[in-house]
Amino acid sequence: MDRIYLDNNATTIVDPKVKDAMEPFWCQMYGNPNSLHVFGTEIHPYMRIAFNRLYAGINAREEDDIILNSCATEGNNTVIKGVYEELIRTGTKKEIITTQVEHPCIANSCRFLETLGVKVVYLPVNGDGIVTAETLKERIDPDRTALVSVMWANNETGLVFPVRELALLCREKGILFHTDAVQAIGKVKVDVQEAPVDFLTFSAHKFHGPKGVGGLFVRKGCKITPLLHGGEQMSGKRAGTINVAGLVGMGLAIELAVQNLDYEETRVRTLRDRFEDALLSIRGVQVIGKRSNRTPNTILASIKGVEGEAFIWDLNKNGVAASTGSACASESLEPNPTFTAMSVDSELAHTGVRFSLSRFTTAEEIDRTITVVNNSVERLRAISMSTI
Amino acid sequence: MAKNDLIGGTLWEQYSTKVNDRMTNPRYLGEITEGEAKEMGAKLVIADWGAEVCGDAIRLYWAVDPKSDTILLARYKTFGCGTAIASSDVMAEMCIGKTVDEVLKITNIDVEKALRDDENKSAIPPQKMHCSVMAYDVIKKAASTYKGVDVSSLEEEDIVCECARVSLRTIRDVIRLNDLKSVEEIANYTKAGAFCKSCVRPGGHEKRRYYLEDILKEVRQEMENKQMSRHVGVKKFGLMTLIQKHRAVEQTLNEKVRTVLLKEGGNLEVVDMKDTDGMLDVYINYLGACNGCPSSTTGTHMYVEGVLKRELDKNIRVVIV
Repeated sequence: MDRIYLDNNATTIVDPKVKDAMEPFWCQMYGNPNSLHVFGTEIHPYMRIAFNRLYAGINAREEDDIILNSCATEGNNTVIKGVYEELIRTGTKKEIITTQVEHPCIANSCRFLETLGVKVVYLPVNGDGIVTAETLKERIDPDRTALVSVMWANNETGLVFPVRELALLCREKGILFHTDAVQAIGKVKVDVQEAPVDFLTFSAHKFHGPKGVGGLFVRKGCKITPLLHGGEQMSGKRAGTINVAGLVGMGLAIELAVQNLDYEETRVRTLRDRFEDALLSIRGVQVIGKRSNRTPNTILASIKGVEGEAFIWDLNKNGVAASTGSACASESLEPNPTFTAMSVDSELAHTGVRFSLSRFTTAEEIDRTITVVNNSVERLRAISMSTI
Repeated sequence: MAKNDLIGGTLWEQYSTKVNDRMTNPRYLGEITEGEAKEMGAKLVIADWGAEVCGDAIRLYWAVDPKSDTILLARYKTFGCGTAIASSDVMAEMCIGKTVDEVLKITNIDVEKALRDDENKSAIPPQKMHCSVMAYDVIKKAASTYKGVDVSSLEEEDIVCECARVSLRTIRDVIRLNDLKSVEEIANYTKAGAFCKSCVRPGGHEKRRYYLEDILKEVRQEMENKQMSRHVGVKKFGLMTLIQKHRAVEQTLNEKVRTVLLKEGGNLEVVDMKDTDGMLDVYINYLGACNGCPSSTTGTHMYVEGVLKRELDKNIRVVIV
């Protein structure tokens, strides 16, 4: 049985072209790029190409930084803790504003700073599942607010936040603005000139690059204390030997992701919508968030009478990989913050299932998934007392 | 945190083969109709527990022989995760052939044990233990329906941790007797709070009536108050009447001094007490082996005076008669 992977918001397959591009950097060009000899210097042209691709990928200017790191968790920690060190610990600003639906690497970094006395405001999302500029405007205070951090697109719902408006508002008020764009790159257009963010985080493995490599965009003039101290790599802004193969892979991956945005917007969206229509044709199914405001690949559905973990168990047995926000499936059993914040139907906390496609998903896979879903819904509704 | 905890996402790998099997192919799933029960000459009992909005819900059907109170057939319907389905299924199986009173003794822990492949290895990971609790709760509900009594009349004690079935009384006792200072220690002693963690503090998987953090705080406070009241008594020594001072001195001598002297075959008695210029003179007379012992006027004297000064008041002088 061929397996079907519909969990692309968790991670993605490495594009074979990306894998090939990385190949020479394991056993042939394995030097440390900071070495002065040829083993180091022969890598520099490839690094330059990779950085050109990264800068082009998000439309960064040459005077800005894209700091290479290990993942988006590192990038997000660097921004939250770096701004704390730079502006809060020793300065007069005392507050960070974020949302209730951020990824745990933002949420838990903020909770950590709270233990150090920082005031953190967690903005709620509205009925559409996003935070608007109006909501932010009511809360920001240029005298107190050091940083605003709002994700570009939500990992659970796929909902896209109005980052441009939020960033413009912060710029107007002289407040630093950060966005976690991990779920946005390769799905929607990300342009740091159009949306004037000060910091932006991304991770290669979410757009068909390798795991263990990511990037942090820092606009010129936005000072930040490094998280890792050590050697002079990344101009001292992120010490640690450069992951050369990762950088080369991420460079090509972002170029391909941007080239495929049209495909994402047409083919992936069409497949997603077809699948979503099939789900909605089942009685008692609800999809969260307006289709037009979601990344083209994501569906978060609630299926009445079908518990989330039992459902993905059935899907898994039938070769389909999806994920659930169901409290029952997480190791912590904590209620899912996105669901709680969106305060949608409370049953959703136990019936939510997320399907996330990619440009590698085929029409045949979607057809087969629809059959598997229908069978499982039938089986689990027979077990539950559901009257649907 | 250790080597075995370094790989995440192992939730399903921790399910036993039996859990896997019951989840995929449940045996006792379904309903019992009025007609089926009648054919068996049995009384049909239907009990509901939980709600879909809470993530776990079960409806249990029993066909009970009214003469012997024996459960002839059990079936169920459930809304829940894999563990909930597997627990419900094995619970239904365990009901069959037992009397209503006998099944009341089945706990969620028995259900979990029945799902083990290896008797020394849990069938499910700790955080899923609460999924087996509803299997226990619904049995109680069905039994109360059958007996026509209120479900609370079948509750023996206030249960704080449903997963490990630990009562409020046990938790309070264990904190007090072992001088426990943290929720982790309570879990180590009783297993309470070690599974789904809902009972540790509010905001967990489900709302609880009692939380370990509150109980711990309350018991520690009680323990502290008790100790304080003893200290308060000591601090007020200077304000006591002479009779109260005499009692306090005798009590301290009994508790701290005489036990030591008696071991050596000696003893002492208080023959008089006098308040003079803010000092309290305690006149003692040595008895037994102490009488005439060389250290009675040196080491022992200093020891007795030291104990009284430390325990009661620094302005105490011991005078040997």
